[in-house]
Amino acid sequence: MRKLKEFIIEKLIFISGIASIFFVVLIFLFLLKEGLALFKICPPLQFIFGKSWYPISDPPQLGILPLIFGSVLVTVGAAVISIPIGVACAVFIAEVAPKKSKEFLKAGIELLAAIPSVVLGFIGMVTLVPWVKQVFHLPTGLTALSGSIMLAFMAMPTIVSIAEDALYSVPKMYKEAAFALGATHWQTIYRVILPAASSGILAAVMLGIGRVIGETMAVMMITGNAAVIPQSILQPVRTLTATIAAEMGEVVSGSEHYFALFAIGIVLFIISFAINVTADLFLHRKPK
Amino acid sequence: MNKKLIVIFVGLFCCVSGYGANKKNSIQIKGSDTMVNLGQSWAEKYMEKNPGDFVAVTGGGSGTGISSLISSTCDVAMSSRNIKEKEIALAKQKGVNPNEIKVALDGLAVVVHPANPVDKLTVEQLAAIFTGKITNWKDVGGKDLKIVLLSREVNSGTHVYFKEHVLRKNDPSRTDEFASSALLLPSSQAIADEVAGNTGAIGYYGMGYISPKQKPVSVAKDAQAPYIGPTIENVIKGAYPISRPLFLYTNGSPSGITQKFVEYVLSEDGQKIVLETDFVPVTPGFSKKNLPDGAVR
Repeated sequence: MRKLKEFIIEKLIFISGIASIFFVVLIFLFLLKEGLALFKICPPLQFIFGKSWYPISDPPQLGILPLIFGSVLVTVGAAVISIPIGVACAVFIAEVAPKKSKEFLKAGIELLAAIPSVVLGFIGMVTLVPWVKQVFHLPTGLTALSGSIMLAFMAMPTIVSIAEDALYSVPKMYKEAAFALGATHWQTIYRVILPAASSGILAAVMLGIGRVIGETMAVMMITGNAAVIPQSILQPVRTLTATIAAEMGEVVSGSEHYFALFAIGIVLFIISFAINVTADLFLHRKPK
Repeated sequence: MNKKLIVIFVGLFCCVSGYGANKKNSIQIKGSDTMVNLGQSWAEKYMEKNPGDFVAVTGGGSGTGISSLISSTCDVAMSSRNIKEKEIALAKQKGVNPNEIKVALDGLAVVVHPANPVDKLTVEQLAAIFTGKITNWKDVGGKDLKIVLLSREVNSGTHVYFKEHVLRKNDPSRTDEFASSALLLPSSQAIADEVAGNTGAIGYYGMGYISPKQKPVSVAKDAQAPYIGPTIENVIKGAYPISRPLFLYTNGSPSGITQKFVEYVLSEDGQKIVLETDFVPVTPGFSKKNLPDGAVR
């Protein structure tokens, strides 16, 4: 009886251990199976470089170039806003802030991560969108910029907390050595601590970007969803994620449109996989 | 010890499967966002009259409703467009036989900001605006201001209807599309909000969403025809050029509680609710005077 119990528990733990890997593989296989079916009808190059997205027309036009541009533009915009602020915030928390406000700040930033994205999207829609329209004198405030600003808020907690961990784990003697050589506090941060933590900070940035590119709800609500190749960040865009979310309900399973949405899923999967692997490489690179 | 666990699991399993099987006196209705409020009111009044029956109504878009009817995850689909050939073929494949019931009419209002001087357009002009051939209000008699196009997402029956009947003018051989610069918004309410706050915007949705914050445009079939506003009277008369039927779809001819519900919808009470939610009844001879005073918003 005891042996049996031992055996069962051992196996259960083993199963739970490999379950998550198993599921990832299953999901990926399913995605491949459904998505690759599209390429029998529509050649991959035409899919990726096609300039018009009219999925419900007859025959459908399935070009995702505008959607890729949309996703990239929103992500780059969000990165430009969130990386400097996020890293600066991490430096402040790790190096400058007194202990009391440090705890307070950390808690506050983690709270930011807890806001559901649909709530952020809604707030953006009623506050940020009219503001963007007014400030830039645009015909509409539903633009890539609005999406970028809102997504920057979402990437910030990830960037700050991981970068702060990286800065915190820089050995204390580096700092003491710098001070002993007569460096000022800022010189120490800029010349010693930041370079020492650089791989961790890069990983933080990559993970933040990964969060942004996969985000759906908020961008769907505030970027306008027009499938046009954007000329500037002040134009409406349609992202890959919003396209899947918005059109998923309509598709008749087994249609070209259905396969196309899964093919978009593959593209997204590849992008976020690449970002995660890059982040992982940085994270495990030993500082020299 | 292990035996006990097995008993618990078997018990749980029975509970779960039993829950699924017990749906004799409840129906699921799903589909058109345009019809969600209407469906909701029907369901409420129906349940008041038939205590014990349960009717659940959810939106999502006509396409969503029809695809869940095809995959048998709902009993009745609401749709603001006809079912497509492709969908019928797919349904037949899965052993579902879609049955169409016309339950109401809807006028599609084209709306602009109240400060916009443009208050009448022809279908031709609307098509030119929404396909992106006309991009400035001054070309249709307004101010020198860029037109911001607002449309519903592609899962919306309203989107499909507007494309087929305005952009393509009922001609299936045409291939006109919405301009790719059109903003695709996820709901009629989102369009209403954007129009209310944007002097250059133009959008379209079911008559029920018109409020004082938007101005409906009068529409003429062609340059010679009179301009007609989207009102209930004009839709009943058939004078308003962009009006459409609203449907319920069931699997085969309705039976049991589904039949009871459909009968209620087509009854005088059901059609009265149609009027109260700003749609137009299908029953001939039914008009506004059948309503008690003040019932129409």
